[in-house]
Amino acid sequence: MSFVRHHEKRAPGFEFHRPYPGEQLIHFEHLRKAFGAKRVYDDLELDVRAGETLVVLGGSGTGKSVLLRCLIGLQRPDAGRVLFQGADVTAFTEEQFMEVRRHVAMVFQGAALFDSLSVGENVAYPLLEHFPDMPPDEVRQRVAQKLELVSLPGTEHLMPADLSGGMKKRVGLARAIATDPEVILWDEPTTGLDPVTTQSINAMINSMKTKLGCTSIVVTHDLVSAFEVGDRMAMLADRRIVQVGTPDAFRRSTVPEVRAFLDARRAELVADGGTR
Amino acid sequence: MSPQVEAGATTLAGDAQPGVVTRAKARLTSLGEMARMTGQVFSRAVRPPFNGSALVYHIESLGVRSMPITLLTAMFAGLVISLQFGYFLARFGVQYTVGRVVVLTLFRELSPVLTALTVGARLGSGMAAELGAMTVTEQVDAIRALGADPLRKLVVPRVLASLVVMPVLTVFADVVGLVSGAVVVKVQYAISFDQFFQGALDSVLMGDFVSGVFKGGVFGLLIGLVGCYKGLTVEGGTEGVGRATTQTVAITSVAVCLADFFITKVTLYL
Repeated sequence: MSFVRHHEKRAPGFEFHRPYPGEQLIHFEHLRKAFGAKRVYDDLELDVRAGETLVVLGGSGTGKSVLLRCLIGLQRPDAGRVLFQGADVTAFTEEQFMEVRRHVAMVFQGAALFDSLSVGENVAYPLLEHFPDMPPDEVRQRVAQKLELVSLPGTEHLMPADLSGGMKKRVGLARAIATDPEVILWDEPTTGLDPVTTQSINAMINSMKTKLGCTSIVVTHDLVSAFEVGDRMAMLADRRIVQVGTPDAFRRSTVPEVRAFLDARRAELVADGGTR
Repeated sequence: MSPQVEAGATTLAGDAQPGVVTRAKARLTSLGEMARMTGQVFSRAVRPPFNGSALVYHIESLGVRSMPITLLTAMFAGLVISLQFGYFLARFGVQYTVGRVVVLTLFRELSPVLTALTVGARLGSGMAAELGAMTVTEQVDAIRALGADPLRKLVVPRVLASLVVMPVLTVFADVVGLVSGAVVVKVQYAISFDQFFQGALDSVLMGDFVSGVFKGGVFGLLIGLVGCYKGLTVEGGTEGVGRATTQTVAITSVAVCLADFFITKVTLYL
């Protein structure tokens, strides 16, 4: 379904152009970040290519989510640059970030749905922000289309409190893709979900790539999901990216931090009796 | 760091046991951040787009629901000060002047301060709890990620509503306090309503009434700003939300008393 292009709120200084597949879309360059005495990144380097699903693996508290937050300006690095289509977003003002956020959407770990708004209002929220003059009928139509895409048709009237964890994640995704972003950031998309729901979320991440051609960055420590959705994987350990490669390269990795992570997770799965 | 980030960011633990200097620095930083947030709130409040429906919603939610506690507090304040003043003025044989004293005490001091301390605690802690819960569940981050401005969406309507509501509640407290005072002195000291209100009207000036209403506005502003700031800077999950709400009550109470002293000092010479 196509929609009429409405007047957008545009910030000066950044113009997005549609990338060609495989183009370097995002580059984290010599990134440094600390919270008080806790250093999270020391000279971190990472590339993301257009059209791919990059999985960032790492233990809890290693700063995986901070990477996503630095890209859309929810947090700022202490040093280094984050380049989005060649533009250094670390120097952006809050106003300039608005344009980046129209093209880069984030699905939060806990879905972060607005409690006081219905499902339909949640999904309509970014549309009304970015396209203030969009007619109500078109907003409703687009909300319905996005909810159908995440297999939740007809749920516009429900409140977030009425939804299960998996449904909340899917509404969070519908809200994130409402403005047809080119990049989706997934913060721990399968954490705390049952295996069946996890599978459906994995399928959804894959379908965003095939149906919408989105680039995805998935932050997770769920290995099963990581190998299922990732075109490339990056391992964050010791405040830097210790390996980047294909899932196959990761399976055969001899990098100690990667090996230790994979073996520990495998042992965890065995201890769980292979339920996941 | 951008003001937006300061308002909504979640920071990880720093020093395990901060010393006096670290804590003093943190307090000063908070004051600076709050001052900056105040500037940002005002600059957004006067620039479009304006969110009238959110403002009306918060005025209704903060004002109308605070009316019972305001009126109850004002009624008892009026009763007590009228009893006290009536008793002591009777010692000098001038109990008929009680209306003059009560009206000045209520209009200039008791109505705005008592309203701010009782209702303000309710409003400020409510704002801190609501915004704090939104902060820890990443809803504030989501607002920013979806291309909106949390200060404009969340803070401006609450602060403006608080600024509007407090003077109005102060006026209601003035009226209820005065009427309840008139009733108690009639019953206790046989002073007629005419005598009471005539004395009150003779002594009170427009400046006395305006200074109390002005105080209400300043207190409302302080309550709104402190409540929103504490809510947006919550750290440490739900425990942090609880901490923020209690801190809001303590800070607004102290801020109201401090502001009251300085406003009184200034208005007495105007």
